[in-house]
Amino acid sequence: MFEALGVGASAVADAPALASVDAIVIPGGESTAISRLLETSGMLGPLRRRIEEGIPAFGTCAGMILLAGEVLDGRPDQHQLGGIDISVRRNAFGRQVDSFETDLDVKGLDPPFHAVFIRAPIVERAGVGVETLASIEGYDGTRRAVLCRQGCRMVSAFHPELSGDPRLHEMFLTIAFDRDATVGTASRSRTNL
Amino acid sequence: MTDSEQRRRTGTPLVKRGMADMLKGGVIMDVVTAEQAKVAEDAGAVAVMALERVPADIRRDGGVARMSDPALIEAIKAAVTIPVMAKARIGHIAEAQVLESLGVDYIDESEVLTPADEVHHIDKHAFTVPFVCGSTNLGEALRRISEGAAMIRSKGEAGTGDIKEAVRHIRSITADIKRITVSDSAEIFNWAKILQAPVGLVQEIAETGKLPVPLFCAGGIATPADASLVMQLGAEAVFVGSGIFKSSDPVRFGRAIVEATTHFKDPSIVAKVSRGLGDAMRGQDSAGVETRLSDRGW
Repeated sequence: MFEALGVGASAVADAPALASVDAIVIPGGESTAISRLLETSGMLGPLRRRIEEGIPAFGTCAGMILLAGEVLDGRPDQHQLGGIDISVRRNAFGRQVDSFETDLDVKGLDPPFHAVFIRAPIVERAGVGVETLASIEGYDGTRRAVLCRQGCRMVSAFHPELSGDPRLHEMFLTIAFDRDATVGTASRSRTNL
Repeated sequence: MTDSEQRRRTGTPLVKRGMADMLKGGVIMDVVTAEQAKVAEDAGAVAVMALERVPADIRRDGGVARMSDPALIEAIKAAVTIPVMAKARIGHIAEAQVLESLGVDYIDESEVLTPADEVHHIDKHAFTVPFVCGSTNLGEALRRISEGAAMIRSKGEAGTGDIKEAVRHIRSITADIKRITVSDSAEIFNWAKILQAPVGLVQEIAETGKLPVPLFCAGGIATPADASLVMQLGAEAVFVGSGIFKSSDPVRFGRAIVEATTHFKDPSIVAKVSRGLGDAMRGQDSAGVETRLSDRGW
């Protein structure tokens, strides 16, 4: 998706590769497994440092859980990167039979974004300075955030890469580098753990 | 509320395949108790397969192998936060319905259990829960996909700890995919005839060069190097059945196979996790087995 937008993207599987990128995408998967692999591959410390230093980051689904400051029902040994001041709940919509796709109204986007939620988390609390870009009715009928931004950090509870619509990737490049996203050529990266 | 998001659609092909996409690069482990499920989750499994007996024991015990007790599946679901899969017999619609009602995250219509129907597989489009099915070749894979499978795994020869059948199946599937990508439009129709598969799916492979759903590997993975091997051959994730809890040290084997699957391209990491690991499951040569599970399925 990033290649189509004119920026380089590569899989980051170790600390040296992490040092060479200008922005990071933490994709979906199982957050417990990713958390464990960050530890065993020696990437947890370096990634935390780069996030403290202010590297732009986009977390989707499990990536949102990892980037969040707090997980309400996570395992006690799960690692948080603390890149954005939100509290999230895992598997907030139920099990796989409750996973769904829907057209989501996103602030600044018209028409709506087709979003795929797979055993998705939800944002229970967004801190001061966190902007909610999209929200949806949660398990208890209350509207809660599913797309947020804080500075150069963006998180989505759904999988923007699954529906073939590049607009959120574009939005990330814009907030990450504060310029026209479609003309960039700098090397960017994603984790592939 | 008048939001456009009000229409939420569950159980669509995109939602089913998206779930499989999230397991890519990971290890799905067979577990028979809630304690084992926790060990698997701690080891970094991306999902567990809940069943009463691992394939090696099913093979040893003989008799008819059926869906697991719902109480066992519920106990395993309650023990972990990662996805839980369970097996239904080939063609056993009612077992699949029961598993769906239990809220399992994926159903494996599996040759490891004794088939319930010698002609038909389950119509998987009729379900909200996604299905994975085993295949030995591309034709079988495409027939399962046409029935609604959202993930394909090699069958291998489950419960043997012998990797060669899984290698044969993955190689057969990927080799035919490669051949189709260099076929002309007239040859595509012949491929559909040879494979006994819908021509639309063959055309899709010709265009994309890959299966329309994720391809995982199962059946005989017993060591970290086995996992690295099948990932290098084109598998996108691995199922480990008997290989973990029939080894001398399940905790270490589980972690080692997870790391080897993630870093399958890096032999130094596979070497590191293999060092002093202990005994892999004893296993048996798949050529000598009495019951070939991989022959089940049509």
